[in-house]
Amino acid sequence: MTLRKWMASMLVLACLSAPVAADGLLMARSDNSFPEAMTVLQSAISARGYIITRLQQVNENLERRDYKSDMYRVVYFGKLDEVRQVTAAHPELIAFLPLSITIFAEGDESIMVASHPQTISGFYPDAALKPLFDRWEKDIEAIMDEVRE
Amino acid sequence: MLLRSIALLLLAGLGAAAHAAAPGGAQLYARNCASCHGVKGDGGIGVPLALPSFQAGISDDYLRQTIRHGRPGRVMPAFPSLGAEEVEAIVRHVRSWNKGPAVAYSPASIVGDPVHGKQLFGKYCVACHGANGEGAKGTGVTFSRPRDLPIMAPALHNPGFLAAAPDAMIKATLMNGREGTPMQSYLKLGLKEKDIDDLVSYVRSFETQPLGSSAAMVEAETPVIIRESPYDLNTTVERVKTAVTTHNFFYGRVQTLEYGMTPPASENPKQVIVYFCNISLLNQALAIDPRVGMFLPCRVSIFEKNGKVQVMSVNPKVLSRLFNNSELNQLCEQLEQSYTAIMEEATL
Repeated sequence: MTLRKWMASMLVLACLSAPVAADGLLMARSDNSFPEAMTVLQSAISARGYIITRLQQVNENLERRDYKSDMYRVVYFGKLDEVRQVTAAHPELIAFLPLSITIFAEGDESIMVASHPQTISGFYPDAALKPLFDRWEKDIEAIMDEVRE
Repeated sequence: MLLRSIALLLLAGLGAAAHAAAPGGAQLYARNCASCHGVKGDGGIGVPLALPSFQAGISDDYLRQTIRHGRPGRVMPAFPSLGAEEVEAIVRHVRSWNKGPAVAYSPASIVGDPVHGKQLFGKYCVACHGANGEGAKGTGVTFSRPRDLPIMAPALHNPGFLAAAPDAMIKATLMNGREGTPMQSYLKLGLKEKDIDDLVSYVRSFETQPLGSSAAMVEAETPVIIRESPYDLNTTVERVKTAVTTHNFFYGRVQTLEYGMTPPASENPKQVIVYFCNISLLNQALAIDPRVGMFLPCRVSIFEKNGKVQVMSVNPKVLSRLFNNSELNQLCEQLEQSYTAIMEEATL
């Protein structure tokens, strides 16, 4: 290996070692069309004790201004006690709450996206918060799994 | 004989249990890849992996390296948390769509003239792959490109691509083209093998050049932008509502953080969210990446604690890294400036 080639390899490796938010998002695809997937999603969220607080109608807002869009919603949800407890100790987490899952149509199928709770955890490495972030991760993954199936 | 049969049955049972416990390639693919690449590899946000010409042109190792390194800044994430066996299982699943013979490429370098290669690149490649190999724009799915275009021109000046694709694979793609995509055979375009070697050497020279713009991500100094308000909570909320309208957004709604979780009379009135939007900006953001809706509409939170009122929002610069999408960089920087200006105006 020539010195030039070795240096080039090192440069590529150095670039690759920078984090690329590998698991920054939790995503799932459902075989179900949007209305069915939406129903399953809401049911899966409620089954884990969360209250759905609001559905943001993204496509309707776009269409009102003549922008074309497939079905697109943001589902907000939370648990009152959990929200009260965590924001009392860490009010800066208000910016990330309530939790949300985005769902949009992809032809006859549907795609769901949520930010990975561990991404927020990375910003707030407080050991006391870890169980909460772990629980959110487990719950959102379980919700995604249920909708995926 | 009976003992032997029992032993065989036990072994078979143990094997089946182990098999059931370890997720197979199809399961791993469904969990990690299908949301972007489609359950059957027909694409969407990501490359249509089942495309016959794609399968015919890649090696197993190209897939392995791509899963390992991803494409920094180009949506495809790296998967460092997957073990070697899991990566292998996904590779086997993806390769089950390959109907032709498996291809393996030599890791050896191809010697060519990168100066001549650069001239050829300017003539034959920039229209699709960009002047500096930054690749085509958009991710796929309904919002960002016509669905009759099966594949986006990849970013060649990307450390993930350069680590995954050996010279011989780049050469084979140039020689054969990729049927079903705009990538044509350069031999049919009239180039000689020597020209193609020169092109390969130029693409490889990206490794020694500064990181391509499409692979560079903006850095967020802090995940949340916070400003202290000299006003009481209600006045601050009103000032935020006024400030968003002076920065080309329309004010959408005001609610407490606990809205919907408890009866209105029980909501904590000292944690308030102001939602606002700019529909044109929203459409632009979704065209760049259809997944960004999870951070929309725009919002500023206002809260009071110990008599102190603070205004804050998630730093939009965090988002481009979260989505591994460098095309969001400019938009995120623009949004960070807008959010900061709104909060500073409201707390002035």
